[in-house]
Amino acid sequence: MSILAQEMSDSNRILTISLFMVMVLVTIFITIQGGRKTSTATDFHSGGRGFSAWQNGFAVAGDYVSAASFLGIAGTIALYGYDGFLYSIGFLVAWLVALLLVAESLRNSGRFTVADALSYRMKQRPVRTAASIATLSISIFYLLAQMVGTGALVTLLLGIKEGETFLGMDAGAAKVVGIVVTGLLMVAYVAFGGMKGTTWVQIFQACVKIGLAFVLAILVLVHYNFNLSALLGDAASVSGQGAAFLEPGLRYGTEVAGDSLQTLWNKLDLISLGLALVLGTAGLPHVLIRFYTTPDGKTARKSVNWAIGLIGMFYLLTLVLGFGAAAMVGKDAIIAENPAGNSAAPQLSQVIGENIAGSTGGAIMLALIASAAFAAILSVVAGLIIACSSSLAHDLYNGVFKHGKASGKQEVVFAKFAAVGVGAIAVVIAVFAQDLNVAFLVALAFAVAASANLPTLLFSLFWKRFNTAGAVAGIYGGLISSIGLVIFSPTFSGTETSLLGEGVDIAWFPLSNPGLVSIPLGLICAVVGTLMSSESHPDRFASMQVRAFTGAGAERASVH
Amino acid sequence: MTTTPEDNGPPTEVSDADIAAMHDDPRFVELKRTLFRFTVPVLLAALAWYLVYVLLSAYARDFMGIVLFGNINLGLVLGLSQFVVTFYVTWAYNRFTERKFDRQSAELRDDIMNGGGR
Repeated sequence: MSILAQEMSDSNRILTISLFMVMVLVTIFITIQGGRKTSTATDFHSGGRGFSAWQNGFAVAGDYVSAASFLGIAGTIALYGYDGFLYSIGFLVAWLVALLLVAESLRNSGRFTVADALSYRMKQRPVRTAASIATLSISIFYLLAQMVGTGALVTLLLGIKEGETFLGMDAGAAKVVGIVVTGLLMVAYVAFGGMKGTTWVQIFQACVKIGLAFVLAILVLVHYNFNLSALLGDAASVSGQGAAFLEPGLRYGTEVAGDSLQTLWNKLDLISLGLALVLGTAGLPHVLIRFYTTPDGKTARKSVNWAIGLIGMFYLLTLVLGFGAAAMVGKDAIIAENPAGNSAAPQLSQVIGENIAGSTGGAIMLALIASAAFAAILSVVAGLIIACSSSLAHDLYNGVFKHGKASGKQEVVFAKFAAVGVGAIAVVIAVFAQDLNVAFLVALAFAVAASANLPTLLFSLFWKRFNTAGAVAGIYGGLISSIGLVIFSPTFSGTETSLLGEGVDIAWFPLSNPGLVSIPLGLICAVVGTLMSSESHPDRFASMQVRAFTGAGAERASVH
Repeated sequence: MTTTPEDNGPPTEVSDADIAAMHDDPRFVELKRTLFRFTVPVLLAALAWYLVYVLLSAYARDFMGIVLFGNINLGLVLGLSQFVVTFYVTWAYNRFTERKFDRQSAELRDDIMNGGGR
């Protein structure tokens, strides 16, 4: 039976809601403080470039560790054991690409957006348009995945089941309220706080979510006397899977008895996912633009050290939380609450709290972890909104339509309206799409980032011959192939769990994750496009590389 | 108020030509060589190790299931090794930049900004 719903009394919900409110008030206060000095374009897009390495490192962690990481990975581990671990490893190792190849060079050669670095030595308008479309696609896919999840998550965290009401809301109404409130907050952070306010909000939220995950993981370990082997043993025996629970194969790359072709596709799908995860991070615009908030390339690079430490520690904690939930809550109780396993960490927190201080302890721990999950949602969606609004204002409005002639002030005003517009659209789509299975959008965002952004970004930094045609072909090639392949994959149609359900079947591409095909395709398009054009600007390449590696001529922090 | 120049203007007072001129300076060629000699092999090795791990998870499940002690199997240890590798590379790159790269790169930057880049 479900622990959460049974014991979730109205007073517990009020405790959770109160903690949500405290966090909301704190973040709004931070936003207003941070936003007071936001006047120029540099302030709005890049927070005045005054953030230190640890500050940006925490903000990057806030930007990156989503509710999908917080609840999703713990849940996948709780239900499928070992396989849940694969996601966290891909998400972490990916940071080496960002650290070794991208962070410092990008900070030194761009100003506000990914398109700045990409179009540095190219024809501005075609490259900016393409790069902006890629940025918007990636960010909006990721945003929709978060927003649709938000509705379900808020009802889950408040423990409102079908047929129950709380403050006059049934589960359906609570979902819509959850989406709308999240939408209002993310737009408020960005429109009023700009990058500076958003960064401080993300730093605060990173502390909340990583700190609480740390506390919960320590309590699990204390329960097992820090004996990891005993924890794993319990998890395996409670799961009913025995040793198989601690081995790969329950979730990804499953072997279908008697169907060797499907087994082959499943395994290739796993490899495809692994590739997109490890190559996608260094192409995610909302993460990349954070590097511009530091005073110089060296600080941007050092902020990645902080981010890797925080994110790595966080994923180690999810391992403990996931196996802890498997052992102490149990698969049946988790599935009864949420079939996808997202409730595993909150349920675990309740059990742990009850062990310590009875039902009050359970309610307090649950409310704390629910707030941490809410912080994870808010900080990620705010980062996505600022990536969208910066790209719309700086790349499309100013770069493409105004030929770079708009003033900084006009750009900021446009960016604020863009934030409101994108936020409103995301809320409306999320409300209508809340019953669809959109979890695949996260993997799709990573696939587009790995196929369209990363190859072109690396070529523009390191390949002298690379030119406009190559950049445009690479971006569109990677973008269209990843989206196209997903449309014709089983994620989109043809099976029970597809977006369109079983009724429609246009699936001919056997993998759910397009990366294995779309990453090489994006790369080939970029190379072929380059070789088919004779355009070349050796001087611009020379100055870009010197800037990238020495930081000469880069904009420093603005002094207020 | 801000002291950055105009929002759409050039970031600092150094011409593109001055910056580009540094590209053929032997010291810059050496800087790039130093950097790539570290980053390229290290990154390729780390990504290869990750790929090996993913492939083993897909195709060598009995191998990953070998129990080392208690309930700790090889799959878990290899998974944790990815964390160790990531942390180690981060630490090593930080040491490399502090010992070699940052000093060389700052020297060239100062040269360019003082007009000595030619």
